[in-house]
Amino acid sequence: MDAVFLARLQFAMTALFHFIFVPLTLGLSVLVAIMETKYVKTGDETYLRMTKFFGKLFLINFALGLVTGITLEFQFGMNWARYSKFVGDIFGPPLAIEATLAFFLESTFLGVWIFGWKKVSKVMHAASMWLVAFGTSVSALWILIANAWMQHPVGFVVRNGRAEFTDFMAAATQPYAILKFLHTVTAGYVVGAFFVMGVSAYHLLRNNEVDLFKKAFKIGAAFGVFATIVVFIIGDMHAAEVAKTQPTKLAAMESVWNSEKGAPMYLFIVPDEKHHKNAVELFGIPKALSMIAYHDPNATVKGLNDFPKGDTPPVLITFASFRSMVGLGTLFVLVALLAFLFIRKDNLIDKKWFLKAMVWAIPFPYIAIEFGWVVAEVGRQPWIVYGLMKTSQATSLAVTIPQIIMSLAGFVVLYSILGIIDIYLLIKYAKEGPEAASVTAVEGGK
Amino acid sequence: MLNIVWFALWGLLWAIYFMLDGFDFGAGILHPFVAKNDIERRMVINTVGPVWDGNEVWLITAGGVTFAAFPTTYAYMFSYLYTPLFFILFALILRGVSFEFRGKINSEGWAKLWDFVIFFFSLMPALLFGVAFGNIFEGLPMDANGYHGTLFTLLNPYGLLTGIFFVLMFLQHGALWLAIKATGNVSERSKSFADKNWAVLLIVAVAFLVYTKFATKLYDNYFSNPVWFIVPAVAVLSLLMIKVFSKTSYIKAFYASCLMILTVVFTGIVGLFPNLIPSSIDSAYSLTAYNSSSSPYTLKLMFIVAVIFVPIVIAYQIWSYKIFSAPITEDDLKDPEVETY
Repeated sequence: MDAVFLARLQFAMTALFHFIFVPLTLGLSVLVAIMETKYVKTGDETYLRMTKFFGKLFLINFALGLVTGITLEFQFGMNWARYSKFVGDIFGPPLAIEATLAFFLESTFLGVWIFGWKKVSKVMHAASMWLVAFGTSVSALWILIANAWMQHPVGFVVRNGRAEFTDFMAAATQPYAILKFLHTVTAGYVVGAFFVMGVSAYHLLRNNEVDLFKKAFKIGAAFGVFATIVVFIIGDMHAAEVAKTQPTKLAAMESVWNSEKGAPMYLFIVPDEKHHKNAVELFGIPKALSMIAYHDPNATVKGLNDFPKGDTPPVLITFASFRSMVGLGTLFVLVALLAFLFIRKDNLIDKKWFLKAMVWAIPFPYIAIEFGWVVAEVGRQPWIVYGLMKTSQATSLAVTIPQIIMSLAGFVVLYSILGIIDIYLLIKYAKEGPEAASVTAVEGGK
Repeated sequence: MLNIVWFALWGLLWAIYFMLDGFDFGAGILHPFVAKNDIERRMVINTVGPVWDGNEVWLITAGGVTFAAFPTTYAYMFSYLYTPLFFILFALILRGVSFEFRGKINSEGWAKLWDFVIFFFSLMPALLFGVAFGNIFEGLPMDANGYHGTLFTLLNPYGLLTGIFFVLMFLQHGALWLAIKATGNVSERSKSFADKNWAVLLIVAVAFLVYTKFATKLYDNYFSNPVWFIVPAVAVLSLLMIKVFSKTSYIKAFYASCLMILTVVFTGIVGLFPNLIPSSIDSAYSLTAYNSSSSPYTLKLMFIVAVIFVPIVIAYQIWSYKIFSAPITEDDLKDPEVETY
């Protein structure tokens, strides 16, 4: 175990853990804001209780997303000092802008939302949640602009022994960043939609608060149809952008070893990394890969064997994660459409099997998102900044292996405990339902 | 010129962070002592409830600005201080979730567990931030071959004294906050604690100012340009005013305490200039506002962002403090329609 491996392991662990909580924050903030807006518009108390119920779940989830985010900001300097020094001129600004534009907005107005029920007007209260949702998206935008720059560096020059900005707007508005932002945010919306539908389905199965949860399910389903379709379309565009800018990542995603003009797409592949080929390739669709990646049936897809040795990412994990994400994403579109259909026809309650499936569906969008990050980050290897800086050249020289082992062990233990508590609390309060939420308040439990 | 502006802003962000999260830390350390039962403890937690998160964002901004404006300092500072920063992270994570978790399971043992977490993990970052800044004032042992210190070299007498000084400042600050934001017994106990703590704080503050002369080079800037003595003078004055105001108005005393923290931090920042982190072994390897900064392009870009957005942030944070300006009463905590921690 070398220092680079340990530092990567720690970053992967803390980032993937952080991203268990962020997507629900992205999606549920919008959904709670929609619920509260419906309450303000209609005056229907059902929506108020719905807002408070899902709002409480939102807060339990938000707490961990917030605190685990600080780790990531600190970690660039702690574990990746050479990286931070080399790219700080470019990578630092979006992080500072994120804090200034987004985190203050999120945290301040979340405070107003939690504690301000009797202190601000109804409209201002609902607006606070919209501002939280807006802040969350702004935060995602800037951190993904930073990440997109690592994937496809633009608007810079290497000078004074480091990368320096020459064109901030080029980095902030490059298609890679915009697509990544849209893909990530809508993926968060999918998580939010499935969460609201799943929790509602749980209560509908038990005939609990049928009116409230049918309404909630409807909001979730409509939002889910929109989100699953958009995330899919943007995902396709994003993959085309990857093909253009990161050919090694594309080749690993599709497990293409040898360059081919008019490359087919195989529905079933077993990569054999050791022998630099696929052990099994079945059900090929002629020219499909060239079509999807380059929108041209005769385009050449460059294979992994045609890149310099040591410049290609691990194939199996990138390939399998990508396939799993796309498979799940396709499934989500179908499930969301079915959900919308059943709630429109008002026969959802009779479809017990579907309601049960929706409860069990809650974790899957999370899993798809984690796969997505594995594709994005493992697929970029061996580069930390694609084509510019190798990951192995980016670590902190001052940090020793025992130090990383200590912090890694600390994070594993701490995050495991907090993750278990948080998920336990989410399930507990989700099961208790809206009535219980106000009972605890009477007891002064919260 | 922009390098100097960003150096000042860098100091200002840390100063604002300590001024704001300082009372969160203070209240967190104090709560087992000024609150004797569950509802009183919840009262303490709810005084910081709506604002602690927004306060902590100043730390994230200070970190982000260090990264953006002084990337070399960010890289060295965070990797050289790896272990203490890890403990600070650990503490901030646990303290952050404790507010949300504490009331979520109806059990006395559960609440007690998180009460201890709030106490201990408010104390630890308060102390460690002080130790870290004490060491920055002294300079870190770094040269061409990198960093030569360990966790234990950081725990030197001056570093520890600065740590204790920070803890006492935050205790004073938190006690004054609770005096005005809590009600009933909690407020009374906090007032009495604030009055007692003040004398200890005064002694340690004097010791800090004297020891600084021997342990650091901070005073060099002051002797070469004595007009700057106004900064520590205001710090001492505001410390004295806390005592004076405490007799008539704890609100004014709290504002004096805010000014004290700002000026104490700036006493260090002025003394450091142009270093962000001096080298204690070879000044050629000090990290300065010039040799560790971003390009002029990035400094200008970030300056524009800061000039536009920081005033907006300050405006709505003041607005939110105003909304929650009323002290927390026991009745507030029993109100079923109002969410509280």
